[in-house]
Amino acid sequence: MTAAEQFLDPVLAEGPVLTVSNLSVSFPSEAGRVDAVRGLSYEIATGEVLGIVGESGSGKSVSSMAVMGLLPGSARISGSVRFRDTELIGKPDVELSRIRGRRIAMVFQDPLSALTPVFTVGDQVAEALQVHRRELSASAARNRAVELLDLVGIPNAGSRAKAFPHEFSGGMRQRAVIAMAIANDPDLIIADEPTTALDVTVQAQVLDVLKTAREVTGAGILLITHDLGVVAGVADRVLVMYAGRAVESAPVDELFARPRMPYTLGLLGSLPRLDDEERRPLVPIEGQPPALTNLPAGCPFTPRCPLAVDLCREVEPELEIVAMAHRAACHRSSELVRSDATDVYGVSTLAEAGTGEVPRGERPVVLAVRDMIKHYPITRGTVLRRRIGTVHAVDGVSFEVRQGETLGLVGESGCGKTTTLMEILSLTQPERGSVEVLGRDVTGLDRKARTRLRRDVQVVFQDPVASLDPRMPVADIIAEPLVTHGVLRSEIRTRVPELLRLVGLRPEHASRYPAEFSGGQRQRIGIARALALEPKLLVLDEPVSALDVSIQAGVVNLLEELRVRLGLAYLFVAHDLSVVRHIADRVAVMYLGRIVEIGEVRTVFRAPQHPYTQALLSAIPVPDPAVERARERILLTGDLPSPADPPAGCRFRSRCFRYTALDAADQRRCEQDDPALERTDAPDQQVACHFAAPYAVL
Amino acid sequence: MARFLVRRLLNYVALCLIATFLAFGLASLTFNPLAAYAERTPPPPPAAIAAKRAELRLDDPIPARFVGWIGDVALGDFGTTTTGTPIGEQLFSRIGVSLRLFALGTVIGVVVGVLVGVTGAVRQYRFTDYASTVFSFVILSIPVFVLAQLLKFGGLQLNAAAGTTILYFQGEVTPSFRGSAGAELLDRLQHLVLPTLAIALQQIAYYSRYQRSAMLDVLGSDFLRTAQAKGLTRPRALFKHGLRTALIPMATLFAFGFGLLLTGGVFTERIFGWFGMGDWLVYGIQRQDTTIVATVTLFVAVLVLLSGWLSDVLYAALDPRIRIR
Ligand SMILES: Nc1ncnc2c1ncn2[C@@H]1O[C@H](COP(=O)(O)OP(=O)(O)OP(=O)(O)O)[C@@H](O)[C@H]1O
Ligand code: SF4
Ligand code: SF4
Ligand SMILES: [Mg+2]
Repeated sequence: MTAAEQFLDPVLAEGPVLTVSNLSVSFPSEAGRVDAVRGLSYEIATGEVLGIVGESGSGKSVSSMAVMGLLPGSARISGSVRFRDTELIGKPDVELSRIRGRRIAMVFQDPLSALTPVFTVGDQVAEALQVHRRELSASAARNRAVELLDLVGIPNAGSRAKAFPHEFSGGMRQRAVIAMAIANDPDLIIADEPTTALDVTVQAQVLDVLKTAREVTGAGILLITHDLGVVAGVADRVLVMYAGRAVESAPVDELFARPRMPYTLGLLGSLPRLDDEERRPLVPIEGQPPALTNLPAGCPFTPRCPLAVDLCREVEPELEIVAMAHRAACHRSSELVRSDATDVYGVSTLAEAGTGEVPRGERPVVLAVRDMIKHYPITRGTVLRRRIGTVHAVDGVSFEVRQGETLGLVGESGCGKTTTLMEILSLTQPERGSVEVLGRDVTGLDRKARTRLRRDVQVVFQDPVASLDPRMPVADIIAEPLVTHGVLRSEIRTRVPELLRLVGLRPEHASRYPAEFSGGQRQRIGIARALALEPKLLVLDEPVSALDVSIQAGVVNLLEELRVRLGLAYLFVAHDLSVVRHIADRVAVMYLGRIVEIGEVRTVFRAPQHPYTQALLSAIPVPDPAVERARERILLTGDLPSPADPPAGCRFRSRCFRYTALDAADQRRCEQDDPALERTDAPDQQVACHFAAPYAVL
Repeated sequence: MARFLVRRLLNYVALCLIATFLAFGLASLTFNPLAAYAERTPPPPPAAIAAKRAELRLDDPIPARFVGWIGDVALGDFGTTTTGTPIGEQLFSRIGVSLRLFALGTVIGVVVGVLVGVTGAVRQYRFTDYASTVFSFVILSIPVFVLAQLLKFGGLQLNAAAGTTILYFQGEVTPSFRGSAGAELLDRLQHLVLPTLAIALQQIAYYSRYQRSAMLDVLGSDFLRTAQAKGLTRPRALFKHGLRTALIPMATLFAFGFGLLLTGGVFTERIFGWFGMGDWLVYGIQRQDTTIVATVTLFVAVLVLLSGWLSDVLYAALDPRIRIR
């Protein structure tokens, strides 16, 4: 690096903790050598947070595992990783193990499996201390472990330390892993998707703990994530990876404001945002990331890049300085100053629906659910089963979906969203309450009528791979519902290509098998299949949450377009509130089997009234560093109570911040009266809280 | 937890009774204990045969006979053989012989089997792994009696090569051998090597296959990575976190492995001339003696189910997720 470049990169003035230069990692495979990381270079300064973002498969985890020396033996590693003044590549395991956990610590993605199931949490934290400090007595280590668990926010750390991992929730396990990571006051913490497996409210808590960890240890943090919102809020600098390479790196504000590489630009444009006021089409990046075997010469983004020119196909661009502390790898980055994703990618604007003009009240009700209940018995014993309790999975839920609209159903995992969908889809009489589809009550339907009604209600599941039969060609998969409902062969033959075109796939692909399609394409196949019978209502359970953002955008746009073109109604379950904000007209927020707030999306997002909605919205990161920094987070305490034993009175009471601020008389009301959904002043908003009050969290 | 184990124990007692009853019933239905008696020369008078018949309660229905017998067993009386000798006389010496034979083989089988399995997993697709895989499949596909004969043959070759008898393959001790305590122990060991190998090899082959796959499951697990990220060296993480977790599924296998061992033990005892329970079973079948067969079955059932219960205990001790039930 020249002196001039050093000057342009002020971060480096303090001297980096970690310098990665020209790191390459490849794995042998049957299809040839997989180049997972190709010539990656970056530095992290003391106390700095570097965010690494990129689609799945872009090499984020492999590069950080290479830093830790934790790659499997088959990996071929070259280049250099310097920690302070020590070269880590090629160091034997014994020497690396003295650095791991003491100077460099790591937090992994899946907290559920990150702890050894057979040892107590306290012992595992204590082990992190003792492995590096032999002189530490067992009891001293144990006491320090309890202190650390307390520091990361485990309530009653003293007694909880004796618990086994399976007795901890996901969020608590991740806290325990963070406690281990900070145990020896490391200089660098590598966090690989530390919050991806967690609910948003827990994500907010864990990010807060990471922030504490950074303050306590003064460590630099390498934060790997695919969530640009998280990066915006936490990182000082961002590195974007694509196909095993760094394609752009810049301070966080600069990157979000002035991306200089088409991929970054597209990534930012593809994100639905919580703070969007108007519905705008998302920018999907066509195609998919390249396979990492036998990469062709040239820029790996060429097949998806709207700006690609001949040079791009021949020469792979270097990561070069394009502005102060800003590097990008693109031949045309100089043309990208002040460009807009929609200009570059050229997205059509959405046609507004014909139903848009018909007021909601005059449109027919497609689905009406009233006071629906689903309880699961908890039983014990194998021969003589006894009922020892009840899971209140869905406990009195009411809502309506009208033609041409989308109702988003949101809430933390385990709140009863899927159970609600399954109850509706069964088209049978619920335990209590009623379900009406297209004005027909499902109670008392005979088999024939139920089959007929089933044509009108179709479903799209989350996992496009699991919900498609791998041995059937796509044409058969799509035709299956048609065959089941006795549609004529000749009609099916014309309908399948039509459906494929409708979801943006080529009719020639009809003879291929699901494995030959990417995640986004498979989800399109799932949608085509659901549309085969021309349903009136589509039930979507997390349809885009398994997809990368750039691909998710395409599917979201497609769903939007289909709804408008075909006048469909959607019941859309998602945990990502930004997606719901983008796609839904109305939103219902669930908590422990109940709807706590329901109403028009704009109202609920702009002026939520239930404390849970407020906390949920406040937990969602917005991909805008300035906005993120200025936001006050409402952090919920604790975890979701067990649905087998919900708190008396208001179910949200155990985590409600408003309740804590009330005086004793008012608190009694929350403890004794279960609040029912009540109208607010807004035209379409109902809230179940005795002390409902709007609070803008965005 | 204690309640869970007590309940399991009661279940096992019931299963023991059922297994023994089935063996007893089957033996009673097919055996004709009087055949040998009646064909003696000179033939015994019909009155004597009738007396024998009455003594063996052959005219009672089978369940009644079983209840009578099991009731006596509960009081410590195992009944008599068809020739009139009390079962109890031989029972305990034969149990002693069998346990001396099996105990060592089992311990070696389990420990070595686990080690071989772990090594195979850690060195997956390398020479050690292939070698142990081939070894296991070969051993598991050879019937026990063939294996025992092969071992005998190997022992003969060894003795011939050494020019003196290093390994014996008949009985527990050299019958007339007298010497110092050390010399007698050595004599016993020389007798023990081959039958123990016959038992241990099978066990090693069996356990190593399962241990290998249990360990492979654990090798890719996140918690092993966490342990290394904490600063444990790979071998230490593998041993402390990996093996400890991979042993859990093995706990249930030990019970079944034991059953396998006992059936194989019948041949091993016969071939190496150890007068244990397996040998007795064969003898009982040859003599069409219901009581011997039922007694041996009861013994095997008790052992299998006891080891089943022990593996429950072991499972609970190894896996904290089970304990809170
Ligand atoms: N078959 C079942 N037996 C007992 N309890 C069940 C069963 N199915 C679901 N539950 C419980 O019902 C509650 C609601 O489950 P549901 O699957 O609807 O949650 P969800 O909101 O869809 O969660 P996620 O976002 O994780 O999919 C949970 O506490 C769950 O454990
Ligand atoms: S180098 Fe060419 S293909 Fe690659 S991102 Fe830039 S313009 Fe697109
Ligand atoms: S009713 Fe009380 S406890 Fe429930 S949400 Fe409102 S303020 Fe909180
Ligand atoms: Mg679900």
